[in-house]
Amino acid sequence: MAENTRETFEPNIVAFLCNWCSYAGADLAGTSRIHYPSNVKVVRVMCTGRVNPLFVMNALQQGADGVLVSGCHPGDCHYMQGNYYARRRFTLMRRFLEYLGVEPARVRMSWVSASEGSKWKEVVEEVVEGVKAVGPMDQFKRRQLNW
Amino acid sequence: MNARPKIGVYICHCGINIAATVDVEEVVRFASTLPDVVVARNYSYMCSDPGQALITEDIQNMGLNRVVVASCSPRMHEPTFRKTLMSVGLNPYFLEMANIREQCSWVHEDRIAATEKAKRLVESAVVKVRRLEPLEVKEVEVEPSCLIIGAGIAGIQAALDIADAGFKVYLVEKTPSVGGHMAQLDKTFPTLDCSACILTPKMVDVANHPNIELLTYSQVEEISGYVGNFDVKVRKKSRFVDVSKCTGCGACAEACRQAGRIPSEFDEGLGMRSCIYLPFPQAVPAKYTIDKETCLFLTRGKCGDSPKCVEACEAGAIDFEMKDEMLEFKVGTIIVATGFDVFDARNKPEYGYGTYPEVVTALEFERLVSASGPYGGKVVIPQRGKKKKKKEGEEEEAPRVPKNITFIQCVGSRDKSVGNEYCSRVCCMYTAKQAHLAKDKIPDAEITIFYMDVRAFGKGYEEFYDRVRREGIRYIRGNPSEIFRRGDKLVVRAEDTLTATPMEHETDMVVLSVGLMPRSDRREIIDLLKLSSSPDQFYLEAHPKLRPVDTATDGIFLAGACQGPKDIPDAVGQAKGAASAAMILMASGKVKVEAQTSVVDEATCRGCGFCVEICPYSAIELVEVNRMGWPVKVARVNEALCKGCGACAAACLSGSIQQRSFRDLQILPQIEVLGVSD
Repeated sequence: MAENTRETFEPNIVAFLCNWCSYAGADLAGTSRIHYPSNVKVVRVMCTGRVNPLFVMNALQQGADGVLVSGCHPGDCHYMQGNYYARRRFTLMRRFLEYLGVEPARVRMSWVSASEGSKWKEVVEEVVEGVKAVGPMDQFKRRQLNW
Repeated sequence: MNARPKIGVYICHCGINIAATVDVEEVVRFASTLPDVVVARNYSYMCSDPGQALITEDIQNMGLNRVVVASCSPRMHEPTFRKTLMSVGLNPYFLEMANIREQCSWVHEDRIAATEKAKRLVESAVVKVRRLEPLEVKEVEVEPSCLIIGAGIAGIQAALDIADAGFKVYLVEKTPSVGGHMAQLDKTFPTLDCSACILTPKMVDVANHPNIELLTYSQVEEISGYVGNFDVKVRKKSRFVDVSKCTGCGACAEACRQAGRIPSEFDEGLGMRSCIYLPFPQAVPAKYTIDKETCLFLTRGKCGDSPKCVEACEAGAIDFEMKDEMLEFKVGTIIVATGFDVFDARNKPEYGYGTYPEVVTALEFERLVSASGPYGGKVVIPQRGKKKKKKEGEEEEAPRVPKNITFIQCVGSRDKSVGNEYCSRVCCMYTAKQAHLAKDKIPDAEITIFYMDVRAFGKGYEEFYDRVRREGIRYIRGNPSEIFRRGDKLVVRAEDTLTATPMEHETDMVVLSVGLMPRSDRREIIDLLKLSSSPDQFYLEAHPKLRPVDTATDGIFLAGACQGPKDIPDAVGQAKGAASAAMILMASGKVKVEAQTSVVDEATCRGCGFCVEICPYSAIELVEVNRMGWPVKVARVNEALCKGCGACAAACLSGSIQQRSFRDLQILPQIEVLGVSD
């Protein structure tokens, strides 16, 4: 692999999307043929409430340069409260990561509804730009584990 | 747990939808190098019959036990491919899809980058499918009975439909009689049917129907369980009258020492009743009730030498020792039909309601104009309760007949200052109807209606509005700013917004067309059933267009104005919809429950109860189990209640509770694959 430079650096971002809002919103972006950068790779969960802070940590440890968690707008959760749980966990998680020296631009949370295909594109672009600005992430990187 | 995974990976071209941007051959080459992958193929349309046949043949010939399909979104074709697996006897949950169309080929332009991403997505699906487990789609039985909360027109209609279909109905009503707001109305728009004439036969029907257990003067206290199997506790409040003995003769009410002193709820406080009362003459059941808030004997323990009602009752039905009764039963479905409150006009002090006796609300006007009302159907300025008996010896003043009546629409609707942005949907039409009735009773009266817009949207509504205008009723477009007294007249100050003229309008009587509000006691039901509310505080339906009678909880439905303001035809229509939705469940007798539920490893659970607290569906409880001779508490999931959100799995400190198909050990390998940077 070629050495990353500031110009050629393409960050790798892991996203956790809830099935009902953000995953559907990302699908809508596809159906509407809205183009956006290919840096974000999606893990589908039923609800952002399922996203364990461990997942975020794990993604960074594997070498991801950024993490995105996206769910239903507050009040719209398919499971009533899951996105509130996610929001609370995420707020603490972010402060903890900041304390460890991880740039806040690397970990983001957003609300994208099933009807917001263009918002999904904006979120992806913002995250990618934000992570590009802070550069590659390798302080947590570890050997590949054998599950 | 299972035999070594043998995975088949199937990459779809989707015509050129995927193949134009993603190098499908390259993805196939890559997939076949992944661990446990036995075969990787591509095909133009995997979802087509020949495409699915590729999968089924491989399962049968090569003994595949896991399948990855890389194609469109799982939200599109996951059910299709689950069925494909099932058709050859493989558990449908041994499937994982990689979304390389909506989230790859359609949104990226660069062929190399898109192909790289597709490879990653396929790899992520492969590592997940290796760890998937077979799941069982469970069915639970549905109890063939329905609880209906609220016996207004919506509750009554739903009860009759369900009971006629042969299912048991428990119809619970808080007040002593069924009928709701519709019973209070005089005529109904736009046909001018007498409200009582069309409602009372239905009220009698619910009381007599063999399949309906009518529980009036009762309240639901507790509901637990899940779709098909709800356990309900109802408190049957004590009437202090033995309904099996009461003949409804009314001698007790006449004898009551407080007769004519207690404001009647049914007459909106314009008429008076006794402490022992029948809410209105056609009440069902026609049994008397003692109001324990006002009865002298029940509040002070003394009513003269002995309570007069007891003396008057020949049937001996009155029993001051009577206690509340608790009933418990099981139902399969629940319909909420709790209706609405009317807007409290005191929250618009500029209109002087409560200050000027000439200002009445539209519901009070209904009671005035109703032949069964406190003034026998005469349109008069009501003499409010207290004043009536004050001046002793003086000749009772006859109520004044107004010669000039003014209606004001949108009081408490479409008004952000009182927090109600919505239109109440009935006021335009009932105002037109009331103006017509007033004109009918006092032909020489001048009648004016102040309006913002007239919304005559229903069948026959516009025609009716047109007819009323032609009867000489004056419509002025403007929202009055205040009402004040000048001599013996009231003055309505407003601006006619069509001519931009400020005006002062003198009148004898003002009727406020108050809007519909969510019930003030709506929280009781929300807490009981865990319903959500929409921003306007009415109960929230599952989908505003396609699931208008469902709630987010399976087996619980909404009918009538508790979901939002409705006129009678709409309330009846929705009630029939809710009844039919409930009957679908009860008629099939079985309901499928979510398979991707949470499950507890009882060996490692330490019973902290975190998950119990966090579960939005109360699907988890702590139970005591025997662990090597010691009683310990562990969490246990009720799979019929669990909706599979996974919030508990993220909260568990020891990782003992996991969501099936979304276990930590199924998601973490995905992260491992996707997280690696080149």
